[in-house]
Amino acid sequence: MSPFPANLLSMDDLDTEGIGEVLAVADSFVEVGRRANPKVPALRGRTVATLFFEDSTRTRMSFETAAKRMSADVLSFAAGSSSLKKGESLRDTIETIEAIGIDAVIIRHASSGVPARVAGWVEHCSVINAGDGWHQHPTQALLDLYTVRQALGGGDAGLTRFEGLSVLIVGDIRHSRVARSQVTGYAALGAEVTLVAPATLLPPSLEGWPIAGVSHRLDDVLEKADVVSLLRVQSERGSGAFVPTLREYTAGFGLTARRAALLQPGAVILHPGPMVRGVEIASDVAELPASLITEQVSNGVAVRMAVLFLLLGQGPIEGAHRG
Amino acid sequence: MAERERSHTRPRGAVFVPRAQVMSASDVHRAITRMAHEIAERNRGLDQVVLVGLQTGGVAIAEQLSAALAEVEGATITVGTLDVAFYRDDIGLRPVLPEAATDISFDLTGTTVVLVDDVLFTGRTIRAALNALGEYGRAQRVELAVMVDRGHRELPIRPDYVGKNLPTRRDEMVDVSADGVSLGELVNR
Repeated sequence: MSPFPANLLSMDDLDTEGIGEVLAVADSFVEVGRRANPKVPALRGRTVATLFFEDSTRTRMSFETAAKRMSADVLSFAAGSSSLKKGESLRDTIETIEAIGIDAVIIRHASSGVPARVAGWVEHCSVINAGDGWHQHPTQALLDLYTVRQALGGGDAGLTRFEGLSVLIVGDIRHSRVARSQVTGYAALGAEVTLVAPATLLPPSLEGWPIAGVSHRLDDVLEKADVVSLLRVQSERGSGAFVPTLREYTAGFGLTARRAALLQPGAVILHPGPMVRGVEIASDVAELPASLITEQVSNGVAVRMAVLFLLLGQGPIEGAHRG
Repeated sequence: MAERERSHTRPRGAVFVPRAQVMSASDVHRAITRMAHEIAERNRGLDQVVLVGLQTGGVAIAEQLSAALAEVEGATITVGTLDVAFYRDDIGLRPVLPEAATDISFDLTGTTVVLVDDVLFTGRTIRAALNALGEYGRAQRVELAVMVDRGHRELPIRPDYVGKNLPTRRDEMVDVSADGVSLGELVNR
């Protein structure tokens, strides 16, 4: 069997077994989260740094909470108030951080490939991608898979129920690192992914994407869906220019109350957040029992604890390449 | 997907090859009955007694002990399960993965906890278990029941109830299952 990778840069780093491992270990951390004192000594003496070059609320807080619940020390690096402002290069910043003695860096950056580049520079620490450009956001996909498994499988360890599951990923797929990670993750477990978006919000090429299909009409595909995963229209990445108006986007692709009523019983709604109520999801729909948006956030902590534990807590494994 | 080997006591990819059976299934059953009597004798009334089986080997033994206590004393004893992966002192030294999530859905404050495991070896698992138990309340007393005590302790820990004392070599492996107890070796596949 393959050892757990030294870094988590992309969902491609994990095979089906690796995904199963994260979800199974996350079960144990969900139990930890339910305790009166939700803290374990698992990563005592380890230091984790978060390097966020882009704004974030939930991902950063989620990672920091995860590390703290495992008794790791957390350093929080804000690009805006660092020596980068004085002209230090990213490489020198990373080398400084490694020299201080950090065990893992969690990176978010507006440019695709930065975490992979950093992983090539460091020798002794693990690199976790917390979102890079349009490329990947693996822990988001993992927490989505965990949440879906929890909703459909009653906490069962088996991943078999993903086989043939109909998953819709709706929205700005072109600019979405979340969508790219989700597609890889769902496909690895055998789910059938359909991308739903206006043609302008799809990537220029879908060659090599392990998807079952593409639809430009949400109404046509909603009825047979088991999972509807919504994405935000990312105005800060200029997606506003790809649709005539947000109102028109909502008319065609927003999950309105009328559309939510078309869903089959048992279907679930996911959104990685931050959601813009009234655009990709109606406010009432976000509050439906089928909506797992809050569960996603709480599961995110447990899933990130699992990732950190698997990266830092496992010790030498025969045949593994670390650093 | 093939069920992944998740044990922290067995290195990945290794299999247990039995050399000699040291207890038959009925020997194990008799030992369980005797240990149940001993638990009942020491904890008269069994009022505050709960059993906590260590994942994974101790869970089945804890359930058998609970059934035996029901038979012997007519008492219904609560059984919980505990995984100690996050409390071990060898995290980062070797692969340590949780076997299954802990399930203790009751407050341990004031209870007598009987920790149950299949094999007692270095004592490090029990040390971790004692730390983990503290998260679920302050037990009045903690006792330890094991099916096999194989020696080689590295910490000052001793069992209160023992199925069998079994002298072993350090590199041997003891396997406890529904079929009984065997002594053998781990062989890399």
